[in-house]
Amino acid sequence: MTTEALPARPSARLPSLPARILSSGPVAIAAVVLAILVGWYAMIVPMNAGLPSMPKEGSYAELTRAAWSLERPVLPAPHAVVAELWRSTVETRMTSPRSLVFHGWVTLSSTLLGFALGVALGIVLAIGIVSVKALEKSLLPWIIASQTIPILAVAPIIIVVLGSIGLTGLVPKAIISMYLCFFPVTIGMVKGFTSPDSMQLDLMRTYSASGLQTFAKLRWPASVPFLFASLKVAVSISLVGAIVGELPTGAQAGLGARLLSGSYYGQTLQIWAALFAAAILASLLVLAVTLAEKVTLRLMGGRP
Amino acid sequence: MTAAALPAPKAAGVAGVAGTALAALAALAGVALLAHRPGIAGSAPLWFWALVVAAWAFTWWANQRMSLLALPAGAAERTRDVAVPLLFGLTCFVLWEVVCVGAGVPLVLMPPPSAILERLVTSVPTLAADFNQTFVRAVIPGWALGSAAGFAVAVVADRVPFLRRGLLPLGNFVSALPIIGIAPIMVMWFGFDWHSKVGVVVVMTFFPMLVNTVAGLGASGHLERDLMRSYAAGSWDMLVKLRLPAALPFIFNGLKINSTLALIGAIVAEFFGTPIVGMGFRISTEVGRLALDMVWAEIVVAAIAGTLFYGAIALVERAATFWHPSYRPARGR
Repeated sequence: MTTEALPARPSARLPSLPARILSSGPVAIAAVVLAILVGWYAMIVPMNAGLPSMPKEGSYAELTRAAWSLERPVLPAPHAVVAELWRSTVETRMTSPRSLVFHGWVTLSSTLLGFALGVALGIVLAIGIVSVKALEKSLLPWIIASQTIPILAVAPIIIVVLGSIGLTGLVPKAIISMYLCFFPVTIGMVKGFTSPDSMQLDLMRTYSASGLQTFAKLRWPASVPFLFASLKVAVSISLVGAIVGELPTGAQAGLGARLLSGSYYGQTLQIWAALFAAAILASLLVLAVTLAEKVTLRLMGGRP
Repeated sequence: MTAAALPAPKAAGVAGVAGTALAALAALAGVALLAHRPGIAGSAPLWFWALVVAAWAFTWWANQRMSLLALPAGAAERTRDVAVPLLFGLTCFVLWEVVCVGAGVPLVLMPPPSAILERLVTSVPTLAADFNQTFVRAVIPGWALGSAAGFAVAVVADRVPFLRRGLLPLGNFVSALPIIGIAPIMVMWFGFDWHSKVGVVVVMTFFPMLVNTVAGLGASGHLERDLMRSYAAGSWDMLVKLRLPAALPFIFNGLKINSTLALIGAIVAEFFGTPIVGMGFRISTEVGRLALDMVWAEIVVAAIAGTLFYGAIALVERAATFWHPSYRPARGR
């Protein structure tokens, strides 16, 4: 355990190819996922045993069959969740309120709008903070301190207040996403804009570059890696903001609404399907940001 | 922005700048008091708004002067670095107050800070019960359990490289997912009371702790490990005497991230169902009754609790990793 972290010694023999494949990352991830699935299946019978619709006695196979065909299981089987996902995405018309594509789009649209607004606000604030000393001294401590408080709790207020002045639907949720995701962007971009060291800044000065030129040609390009690191955080909390923003409106549309209505009516499969859909959405969003990062860095001449 | 190009003020200017800051404070207090006068509250005349803008500009100018003051590193600079954000925050609160009171913004839309403070003071028993239900019963146990579980799994994963290679990418992946969505499932499994909130918080805090601890356990340098090996230290000694201490900054980072996550998890989980007490319950029901002053009071409690929680962890961190910055110079000697 302690030696494996050391650099390979010249004398050490490489492990054989099958051993290397078996201990490679993808295989290890697959093994852990498999273990989780096995554990999940093993838990289905004990977790559902208390339900009135479950037979009290019987062989394990019978119990398993009964648990798998439950309509409202305490713990559904993974394949049942996937089947529900399939049913509510592919086999349902996309415009129907039973379609997860419909609800996913409602959530995704406010996530993306809030994300765009939040990133824009975050970058503007960061530019202000690095160029105005008083703004840095006044605002930055508050932005950092705000990371320690559960600002998500403000979400219901925004929904209700904007609702009472006639704004409903997309915009209030987007505003929640926006105010959640501008914090990491601002903090990351302030770090990024101040990341060029004094040597690089001095070089710009010897070129007699103006402040704007230094910003455009040095500070902005230098901040791009920081931007993408913050974007990954921002996009996932933007999604959380949109989902939580759908809760106080009383479950009209969106993945959060599916979670809430599933919770009201005990539709466990609906909850799990919405949860999986949210997870898939989150990973697609993070993947999109990662791809954009790779493309951008390559276009900027970074080494792959 | 233009003032940034001015030469730094002389040391003799310190008293003048401090005077400006005090005058700004007085201006803020004056505007806030004036807003509540009959005849102004609810129907403020134009000259009052002009006064507000002037006071705002004046505090900004005071902040500008304070920020640009060249101070020697030390107590004076630290005082300045606290005073500037304080004055800025105070200005924001006074503007909030003055706009709400002066323009007569209805309470159901945006209560002024004074109304929130009043509500905070008058409903201490309710807030205390909510705090007890959410923070003491759900956040703290969930945070402790989730972090401990993440830590334990990380230590095991550290011993089994195969497990680590499988768990670490998964942990990173899961950290980006909206885990808060498991709240309805937990409510279904563990009931409406605090047990289900502990469940949500445990799951939310597990992965950040796992990822941070695994990263931390790999943080000790080769030199230190070789030294330990030359002392014939076993893997247990290596873990306890070198790698865990070296991992402490990472572990505390995980604990700090988790403190905020735990509070968010417990509050949002209460939106899905609670007994009739709890911070999230209060927020979601009072917002439905348009009692926004109560909602804000609850948010103030959450903010204070979150900050104190974070601050307490930071204090423990400072006490536990006091060696950390001084470690390297000592070794170089």
